[in-house]
Amino acid sequence: MTTTEHGADAYAAERDTTEGRVYTVTGGDWDELVASVDPVSEERLIVNLGPQHPSTHGVLRLVCELEGETVRSVRPIVGYLHTGIEKNMEYRTWVQGTTFVTRADYLAPIFNETAYCLAVEKLLDVEVPRRANVIRVIMMELNRISSHLVALATTGMELGALSMMIYGFRDREKILDIFEAVCGLRMNMAYVRPGGVAQDLPADGVRMIREFVEYMPKGLDDYEGLLTGNAIWQERTQGVGYLDVSGCLALGVTGPVLRSAGLPWDLRKTMPYCGYEEYDFEVPTHNGADAWARYLVRLEEIRQSLRIIEQGLEKLEPGPVMVEDKKIAWPAQLALGGDGMGNSLNHIRHIMSQSMEALIHHFKLVTEGFRVPAGQVYTAIEAPRGELGIHAVSDGGTRPFRVHLREPSFVNLQAIPALAEGGLLADVIAGGASLDPVMGGCDR
Amino acid sequence: MSDERTGTGEDRPDGVQPVGMQRKGLFGAVDSGDTSGFGGLVQATPLGAEIASTPEPLGGYFDEVVGALRELLGEDVARAVVVDRGELTIHIAPDRTEAVCRTMRDDESLRFELCNSVSGVDYPDQRNRLHIAYHLTSMTYRRRVRLETAVGLDHPVVRSVTSVYPTADWQEREAYDMFGVVFEGHPHLTRILMPDDWEGHPQRKDYPLGGIDIEYKGAHIPPPDERRSYK
Repeated sequence: MTTTEHGADAYAAERDTTEGRVYTVTGGDWDELVASVDPVSEERLIVNLGPQHPSTHGVLRLVCELEGETVRSVRPIVGYLHTGIEKNMEYRTWVQGTTFVTRADYLAPIFNETAYCLAVEKLLDVEVPRRANVIRVIMMELNRISSHLVALATTGMELGALSMMIYGFRDREKILDIFEAVCGLRMNMAYVRPGGVAQDLPADGVRMIREFVEYMPKGLDDYEGLLTGNAIWQERTQGVGYLDVSGCLALGVTGPVLRSAGLPWDLRKTMPYCGYEEYDFEVPTHNGADAWARYLVRLEEIRQSLRIIEQGLEKLEPGPVMVEDKKIAWPAQLALGGDGMGNSLNHIRHIMSQSMEALIHHFKLVTEGFRVPAGQVYTAIEAPRGELGIHAVSDGGTRPFRVHLREPSFVNLQAIPALAEGGLLADVIAGGASLDPVMGGCDR
Repeated sequence: MSDERTGTGEDRPDGVQPVGMQRKGLFGAVDSGDTSGFGGLVQATPLGAEIASTPEPLGGYFDEVVGALRELLGEDVARAVVVDRGELTIHIAPDRTEAVCRTMRDDESLRFELCNSVSGVDYPDQRNRLHIAYHLTSMTYRRRVRLETAVGLDHPVVRSVTSVYPTADWQEREAYDMFGVVFEGHPHLTRILMPDDWEGHPQRKDYPLGGIDIEYKGAHIPPPDERRSYK
């Protein structure tokens, strides 16, 4: 197994190549490596991190050129999680598109769905009912909290604060429980649909959300107690991964990273959508422009999201959650039966034994889908990682002609060299984690 | 699929390309007998016509942006100006993207500081079938605009805007990877999402989706791009 056909041992500790000597290091054999490197003639060492390194935040690969502990250059290499979401969508109906985009950035599925549905609705020129908009906002803000909790948890893990990882994932689980109660799925829900949302909140949904809103501030105080005053945490994050406003704008970096550099640019305020102009909340900023500032901004954003959710719950009024137009609205009605969530028995009775036209209508909408007038639109929303944009083109058919996701993870990752070059190798990890990239979104 | 599309405007001298296609029949199915009686119906989609500039005034800030651009770079800078669904699209020449972007970013009355997105679209029936769309945002004035350019397969070269917007770096690499558009002046135009030795450009419309058919109880279900389609 360990020898190739040519007789060279591919897994040997070291071998010579045309580019120089290559060492394979897996685990705790650094002493051996350090002993075998000649410190005089091999001043510059190229270290490949990933794509399967636990500290690179998913399948991100970083090729670092080191001089001692100092990073001289970093080359991020992406694409290991490319799944062809954009191409696949061109062969599915507009409604099926939600089930594809939701799998791009898997930590923020509701945002992907909402951005996509806003694009389809703009192409269709339809307005979603008010209740659907409020539910979207509540779900998005819950999702923002869960995403930021993962950001805190993984950053903590990568910097050695393992307790933060446990607590972050523990509290995220409470949000996933709410998602599961609302739509049956914890992730990749395809809950937001063109024209509204798939179904109304369940009977005890509001109670669950209220309980969470009451619980969460205590958790945030705990995190602050755990990390903010912690000398090691401060040392590892303050002054690390510096990127100022002009750097952010040149590299297209948006979201908490841009706000941590001092620019209060938040699409919920600057270019509101889904009725965000009705909500009272602050856009937290900081002027540190480093990993520390990003940590503080994310913590404060969680508090602001809780405020928005509380206001959203107040705004919930009875009403439809899907457009009235039966030529667009998904025909099936979901209901909870004895064997779990499924098509409502009333709806099945209606189409199977009462109305032939209803059956035809159901069949046509499900198999063929609705037609979307030709044209192109760009819609953007404020996702947890920055601006999530959808460029959707329709040729007037029942399938998207082209959908492009402007993914904040993809754009923000370009900033890693700017954050990390000239710093220490350990700070590459801290700086990269402070960008909070999700490779599923980056590679799509 | 593509047999029912017919491109128009092949012979336009000014290079402005139409967008869209025509559709025959009522339901768009092509692989079975049309029993609806509407088989001879030919429908032009709203994009089937050539790109027609929206008559001025365009409304809102659109006139101001287009006016400033024309004043700075000449009347011929915009090949067509389209306002659709509240969005402004300025069609420009592929060799002027960099100059236009530089003006859009630097001029005081424009100030489009942020290049949000670079994406490609393939319209297979047009001579200049590969379109590249740049979405710009002015944070100062809170405006958005889309710049669009189109190139043909014989010379798929667009001037890179990386010197103006460094953020376009990876996004232009993606457009090259997926559509085969070459960005002249890009510092290192290599594939980014597909493997380095990949052949072809997957987002082009003539590139198949791939996949294998599925057998279920003796029936074969073809892969998605070979199934009966409704358009």
